[in-house]
Amino acid sequence: MSEPVSALKGASFDGLAHVEECGLQGMITLRGALSARAVQKAATVASGASLPDANRANMAGEGGLCWMSPDELLILCPYPRAAETVETMRKTLGKTHALAVNVSDARAMFRVSGGAAREVLAKLCPVDLSPAAFGPGQFRRTRMAQIAAAIWMEDDESFGIVCFRSVAEYAFNLLKAAAQPGSAVGVFAARPGAISGD
Amino acid sequence: MLILHCPNCGVDADETELAPGGQAHLKRFGPGSSDEDFHDYLFARENPRGVHFERWRHAHGCGKWFHAARDTATLEVFATYSAQTTEPPQAVLDAIAARRPGWTWRHES
Amino acid sequence: MSTRIAAHGRLIDRAKSVGFTFNGKPMRGYAGDTLASALLAGDQMVMGRSYKYHRPRGAVASGAEEPNALMGLGEGAKFEPNQRATTTELFEGLTARSQNHWPGLEFDVGAVNGRLSRFLPAGFYYKMFIHPRAFWKHVYEPVIRQAAGLGRVPGGRDADTYEHFHCFTDVLVIGGGVAGLQAARSAAASGASVLVLEQSAHWGGRAPVDGGTVDGAGADDFVRETVAELEAMPNVTLRNRCMGAGVYDHGYALGYERLTDHAPRAGGPRHRLWRIRARRIVTATGAIERPLAFAGNDVPGVMLASAMRDYLVNWAVAPGRRVIVATNNDDAYRTAITLKTSGIDVLRILDARSSGGGALMQEARALGIRIDCGRAIGRVSGGKRVRSVAVCAQEGTGGALEEVECDAVAMSGGWSPVVHLWSHCGGKLIWDEARAHFRPDPERPPRGADGEGFVIPAGAANGELALNGILGDADEAGKTAARGAGFKPARSKAPRGETVEEAPLQPVWLMPRHADAHLRAKAWLDYQNDVKVSDVRLAAQEGYHSVEHTKRYTTLGMATDQGKLSNINGLATLADAIGSEIPQVGTTTFRPPYTPISMGAIAGEARGAIFQPVRRTPMHGWHEANGADWEPVGQWRRPYTYLRDGESQHDAVMREVRNTRQAVGLLDASTLGKLLVKGPDAGRFLDMLYTNMMSTLKPGKCRYGLMCSENGFLIDDGVVARIDEHTFLCHTTTGGAERIHAHMEEWLQTEWWDWQVHVANLTEQFAQVAVVGPDARKLLERLGGMDLSAGAMAFMEWRDGRIAEFDARVYRISFSGELSFEVAVPASQGLAFWEALMDAGREFGVMPYGTEALHVMRAEKGFIMIGDETDGTVIPQDLGLGWAISKKKEDYLGKRAQARPHMTDPTRWKLVGLETVDGAVLPDGAYALAEGVNANGQRNVQGRVTSTYMSPTLGRGIAMGLVLNGPDRMGEVLEFPGTDGKTYQARIVDQVFYDKDGEKQNV
Ligand SMILES: [Zn+2]
Repeated sequence: MSEPVSALKGASFDGLAHVEECGLQGMITLRGALSARAVQKAATVASGASLPDANRANMAGEGGLCWMSPDELLILCPYPRAAETVETMRKTLGKTHALAVNVSDARAMFRVSGGAAREVLAKLCPVDLSPAAFGPGQFRRTRMAQIAAAIWMEDDESFGIVCFRSVAEYAFNLLKAAAQPGSAVGVFAARPGAISGD
Repeated sequence: MLILHCPNCGVDADETELAPGGQAHLKRFGPGSSDEDFHDYLFARENPRGVHFERWRHAHGCGKWFHAARDTATLEVFATYSAQTTEPPQAVLDAIAARRPGWTWRHES
Repeated sequence: MSTRIAAHGRLIDRAKSVGFTFNGKPMRGYAGDTLASALLAGDQMVMGRSYKYHRPRGAVASGAEEPNALMGLGEGAKFEPNQRATTTELFEGLTARSQNHWPGLEFDVGAVNGRLSRFLPAGFYYKMFIHPRAFWKHVYEPVIRQAAGLGRVPGGRDADTYEHFHCFTDVLVIGGGVAGLQAARSAAASGASVLVLEQSAHWGGRAPVDGGTVDGAGADDFVRETVAELEAMPNVTLRNRCMGAGVYDHGYALGYERLTDHAPRAGGPRHRLWRIRARRIVTATGAIERPLAFAGNDVPGVMLASAMRDYLVNWAVAPGRRVIVATNNDDAYRTAITLKTSGIDVLRILDARSSGGGALMQEARALGIRIDCGRAIGRVSGGKRVRSVAVCAQEGTGGALEEVECDAVAMSGGWSPVVHLWSHCGGKLIWDEARAHFRPDPERPPRGADGEGFVIPAGAANGELALNGILGDADEAGKTAARGAGFKPARSKAPRGETVEEAPLQPVWLMPRHADAHLRAKAWLDYQNDVKVSDVRLAAQEGYHSVEHTKRYTTLGMATDQGKLSNINGLATLADAIGSEIPQVGTTTFRPPYTPISMGAIAGEARGAIFQPVRRTPMHGWHEANGADWEPVGQWRRPYTYLRDGESQHDAVMREVRNTRQAVGLLDASTLGKLLVKGPDAGRFLDMLYTNMMSTLKPGKCRYGLMCSENGFLIDDGVVARIDEHTFLCHTTTGGAERIHAHMEEWLQTEWWDWQVHVANLTEQFAQVAVVGPDARKLLERLGGMDLSAGAMAFMEWRDGRIAEFDARVYRISFSGELSFEVAVPASQGLAFWEALMDAGREFGVMPYGTEALHVMRAEKGFIMIGDETDGTVIPQDLGLGWAISKKKEDYLGKRAQARPHMTDPTRWKLVGLETVDGAVLPDGAYALAEGVNANGQRNVQGRVTSTYMSPTLGRGIAMGLVLNGPDRMGEVLEFPGTDGKTYQARIVDQVFYDKDGEKQNV
């Protein structure tokens, strides 16, 4: 097998936050009735994570399970195992009406980390990213400037971001621009109001 | 710029996450239908100043369609609800009637 | 003489001298100065020239409402025109240039307009330029561009960066004066999150200048303490230098933050646009003083009384040494008192009220200031600054009682609440008779999604002009906002404000009341657009009685200040002229932004490389490195052709076509849409989506399909592969992937929601390469792997397998007429696969080819292209694609529409091939002429060219087109005029020019 490469081969940038392309990530789209026993089993076994509530993601070691819509989950798994995982899932699903398909190569994944990570994302997404409104465990599909993206927090200072592979370069450049040194907003960080005044 | 509650994922979505889909609760007319019915299905649209039913898609979000009942003049949103229905549910009609006494749904007028 | 004085100066730091230049002249000011205060301190009264008459103008205001003192700031890539000197903070090295004059500020050729002003009345532009059309290009446009307009366009690319920021808050408070601060405090006490925006660099607004006490302490102390208290609250965010620019639907608001305008070397973004979503918005935007309309009220040195007070108190600048104050209210007395106690001569207070004012008048009189009641300014004399004032009776026509020499005039016509933000989203106004101003009508607020008013005006913006009323109103506004946002306000009392009791004002819309025509023609309403009392009266005389029409006819309020000073005076003048009342005349519509905001802030990060997303296939970099000449296709960039050294675009395309037809070519087809459709109802679903039957397709086979909209028009086409019993893979056009995916989801979710079908967009999961040409199979076999022989894999079949070390899905389909395999591999190995094909193909002379060669080859085969042969009005029947429309199906999207009379009309233009008689290439889009002319005297037409190319295979121009009765007219010659003046003759032929029997693809 030829060596697979991610869209930006792990490119990274340091500014207000650390921005990096995460390399290849196994991702499986699962569509089906989330209440169906077989769908739940296929998802939880494949990811090793428990079934998330709406707009949430559960991470477990190298795996994860993200709620995409009322009939769609995104399974995160190690890239080399995605194809075999899909096969296992199909067996588990049996005759249940569902669709499991490997989308690892269709996506790019980024991590934005550091104290200003929330601000960097809030410059690009029309989402309330204040600590009171968004925290680890939550998962949100939204718009990042002009592209579709899904975002979640891995911990209080780091976001995972998934977008389509074709726009990986645009996404990286966006994040770099939003993380430019000297562009801190100072709303989520430190004491509110501390950077206002003369 | 509107903000609408997506009943599919529960997110209050900024209009920039949404795609509009025009008037809701159209009945499809296919082969065998009269010219008039088909014409109205394709082209005739309500344009009220007041209560209106619309289709929206949470395009940059969960990807799902939903319905919204809102006032085109005041932008009051009475309800957002499932796209998998041919008529507004009674609860939605009640919510509108409570805010707009005397208002009636198409078939009731 | 306009100078710095020893007293006052609360905002300047006299220890820090700051150098700047004005029109190239070096000047100095202090840290904390605005450009306007520094210029005034240097006795620079004239700061610009007016738009129409090029009259010399000075600052009339001290803040955002300033209409006159507009400057070009900065140099080169940092140049920006039309910046208000009154809101520009001074910094070391600032360069400012005045505008609207040529050759110089002091001597200006355009000022001759002023002398011709009686020939340039209201409606002049409107009447003059409406005819003749041709004059626009040759006379009006070039001449007016030279002489008129505000500022000049920056020459270079903007060197600064900009950004957006999304912010969500329970309560947004716009305005950081005492009202805004108190409203924020009472809202925040409930626990609600509060964001406070203040447009200037300073908190507190006017109160520290106007005086009065709050709970016994000075206003300055109250401001300092409240800001400190708010800063300490975790639920409060304070932003100064951030203007509330606009209020929109459902609590959306824009904040315009100027980060480095005052410190251009600081680095970081210059402006930030705050995209705010608030549950409730408190507008504590204060009030603006109105000028008085008297002759010569635009002479430099005539200033709003409050502005003159600001210059004194805030920046220690006295705009004159001998001042006359004209007023219709008590507030202007504060200016007179401040002037007097600062050592400036106040020669007269001309109070239009016959009985004068209250306690403030007594205070002024006690200071020895002469007060003339029932008096008015007849006219101000002076060119580049005030020289003298003719005093007259307010109730007269302007007959001068005396002429008083002076060098500055402070005027006050009363105060108007800043209702812009309240009005942006539909809030209505009521006329307050006693205070002679419009204020927000609490019964008719802009409403949010919950049906409740979401904007709450506070303080002066709500018509409260006295300190105690302002604080009480703001306190209540903050509580109302908190309650509306779902919080329980804390029980607290508003602080107590104490100021001197004021006597009522007397509305004065013209000074003197019966000013004659001569004076009216010099009494300015709108400084920036040069609209005078006489212009509005003329408009009324000519029948423009609606305020919206008068505005457009006279241009009143249409300049960059949007009539902040002129609005009410203009309305009153119009009402008077048509014998109506102000509330009946009504106001014009206020629109965002409150003051102009930069284009950079609006664009945010979207510029340069990230102006918009560019989609890249896994092989994009290879194409880039190998001569790709790009063509945008949707957001993708696809190689149009690959240029070799010294090769023209045309030659490259011809080479690629020939090589593919004779040997083997590679096309990056990764951009084609790939939609996986799965479920027990997938076949039935696709039968509804495609015009032909898909449910009968056997696993392992491919079928070309057409998709129509419910209107019957062709929207997409592509090859469908059946994967298994329940699964299909639908290929779409490059531009169609997202659109058709959405189309499928729409029908599944909103019409056939009980059908069991799931769709997934796999477009980017795979890199896809078309290996095309007589040597295509040999090339793939050289790589080794799966059996691709004709026996193992017939035309229009697909197989999964391995090619070399790649997992591959191979479709044997052809869009060129040649032997062709489209191979899909995982995107992460796309580049490696492409390179392996290039390596292995060297011995066969493999070359990559671009989209243009693809187009030429498909046209040679007579295949249609969505977007060329279709334009949203074409149905499959027009294109001779009847074979791809199932006769057996009861229904499919578009079937009913295609039965409408217009769709079955036999005279619809139909697709044919076109072959020029002399072998030339037909112009794209050219129309075929018919006999006679239409009702507009244009030649009738009978067809048009949809695709046209030079075919290297046939050595001649080939084309396709839609022609009236085309398929029945084979051999007929049509005439196509080109835009090059030539007429092309082309023969109607079969559209398949090459390999009509399809033998080449089937080997
Ligand atoms: Zn949603």
